[in-house]
Amino acid sequence: MEILKYIFKRILQTIPLLIIVSLISFFIIRLSPVDPLAELRLNPSVSKETLEKESHRLGLDKPIIVQYGKWAKSFIKGDLGITSNGEKVSVKLKERIPNTLLLTVVVIFLTWVVGIPLGILAALEWKTYFDRLLTVLTSIGMAIPSFFFAVLLLIFAVKTGWFPVGGLTSANFTDMGLWAQIKDIVHHLFLPVIVLFTLSLAGLQRQMRANMLDVLDSDYIRFARAKGLSEFKVIYKHALRNAVNPLITLLGFEFAGLLSGAALTEYVFQYPGLGRLILEAVLKSDINLVMASLMMGAIMLIVGNLIADILLIITDPRIRVKS
Amino acid sequence: MKEIITQLIKDKFAKIALILLGLMYLALFFADFLAPYTKDFSDRTMAYVPPSKIFTIDENGQLSKPYTYNYTREFNQDTLEMDYKLNRSKKYYLKFFSSGQPYKFLGLIPMKRHFVTVEPDGRLFLLGTDINGRDVFSRLLFGGRISMTIGFLALFVLFPIGLLYGGISGYLGGKVDNIMMRFAEAVMSIPSFYLLIILASILPSGMTSIQRFILIVVILALIGWASFARVVRGMVLSIKNQEFVQAAKSIGQSKLGIIVRHILPQTTSFVIVAMTLSVPSYILSESGLSFLGLGIQQPDASWGNMLKEAQEFTNIIYRPWLLTPGFLIFVAVLAFNLIGDTIRDVLDPKSRVR
Repeated sequence: MEILKYIFKRILQTIPLLIIVSLISFFIIRLSPVDPLAELRLNPSVSKETLEKESHRLGLDKPIIVQYGKWAKSFIKGDLGITSNGEKVSVKLKERIPNTLLLTVVVIFLTWVVGIPLGILAALEWKTYFDRLLTVLTSIGMAIPSFFFAVLLLIFAVKTGWFPVGGLTSANFTDMGLWAQIKDIVHHLFLPVIVLFTLSLAGLQRQMRANMLDVLDSDYIRFARAKGLSEFKVIYKHALRNAVNPLITLLGFEFAGLLSGAALTEYVFQYPGLGRLILEAVLKSDINLVMASLMMGAIMLIVGNLIADILLIITDPRIRVKS
Repeated sequence: MKEIITQLIKDKFAKIALILLGLMYLALFFADFLAPYTKDFSDRTMAYVPPSKIFTIDENGQLSKPYTYNYTREFNQDTLEMDYKLNRSKKYYLKFFSSGQPYKFLGLIPMKRHFVTVEPDGRLFLLGTDINGRDVFSRLLFGGRISMTIGFLALFVLFPIGLLYGGISGYLGGKVDNIMMRFAEAVMSIPSFYLLIILASILPSGMTSIQRFILIVVILALIGWASFARVVRGMVLSIKNQEFVQAAKSIGQSKLGIIVRHILPQTTSFVIVAMTLSVPSYILSESGLSFLGLGIQQPDASWGNMLKEAQEFTNIIYRPWLLTPGFLIFVAVLAFNLIGDTIRDVLDPKSRVR
């Protein structure tokens, strides 16, 4: 019960945060000297009525704070306006957000599955050649610019022809059976995942190693060893649980980093995700789309942090006591 | 501080990294002199020329002064591609420390000497040319000036903001603190790269390159101040109840005076560390932004916007020399990271990065 109450409180806290985020984004975008309807005006397929409706919806003739109020009201109702091509923004977002989520969730999953064991191993083999080698490799992984790495992998893909270049699905995707479809997506995801995986693995592995070294140094581990517990039990039952907890807090940050890193990677690989959407929208100065995807990015980030916090409450009883 | 320096020199990796960065900055400082061409030199007939071959043994097998041949461009009717062939009819000898294109050293002193140039009509493209027939090697040097300094400049804008913001928020506490921190958290909740591209895209287009450079610096600073301010606030909270602060209060020092003169100086060592640690991320941000075409604009060079050409398949496959800026970014970031690791080890022995 206590936990539920705390979680509820934590969820409530995100609401003012979202309001401030939307205010900041709104004012930044309105700062720009661009006419938000310029593209729509030039598009012959957009009728005059749509234009007027849109202008009225945005309240362009009124002061900025009123405009914000109007925007917020329609945002809550789920009406995000239309893009400069006359499509619905919400449709566009619905199409892109799952792709970005898919990419980031796969990457987070892989980094945890690989990074944590590597971190533990490095801590256990502290200062051996294996540990040194891992440190060198992670240093390299942290230093490669994501877009440059993506470009290099693209060359590799083009030269060998082993991987498809760009997109998430093949042209004949809809005609495939379920298994073939899954295989096709995995095939397309492979390279972008590799780029983001290399990017975030290094940080996680290092953090895990540092935590583990910290924990292995503590009194209760010494006590567990003195008690005559097997090394296996000492490490996996006592040390691991405490070493993993700080990483859960990191999960939120990792998610944030991935969203940013994904934007460039998506761009290079022509991956149909939120990052590329916002980039295209920015280049076309498609205000509605920029504003909506910015909000969606922020919401995803806030929810990611929220999930990390909730997980931490469940795994770490000390936090429950404190609150 | 002394300990950090001795440790940096003692550590093998950090020493190499320091030397490497030292050499890089030295080369960038003397970029005008080291580059065979000026930043804006372009030979439109020489687009996408491969790196010049330099010969030291002539056709008779005799040792000779280093010389090079020019390339000729021909359209191949069969493959529908441009062929680049060495024109072996005329040799061009390399000239060291002789006069070439005029330039202003550091933008001030007019000079003509270049480290290496080639005889008149010869072309020396050590790393080939780009789409406009500009020398990639020269542009790497000039682009490096921007890419390697923009991070530091952004930090110099960001740190005063973060320090003051965190200082005020932590010292005043209560409602002010609450509001200020919610605002900082909100800024942190926007994915930083999204914010970066949006801020960059609202820059008006008719700016001079210097104005644009300054605004990019400001934008980079706007991205990072919030998380820095939060950490500063945490430190201020622990400092503000100490006796020397109360002493300052009792002699009637103003609040801002206490924050700026007494509390913030206590955070100096943290500030220095945070600075070294965050330089690489700014180098990466700038290059990413310029790579997308939203950062430093042509004809100015930066490593990021030079890589923009690597977005085309034909370029990366047939013209691998266009990828060189990427390797330089990699080396620079790696070197900064290695130094950062060592500093962290010294200040926090528990972190044990290495």
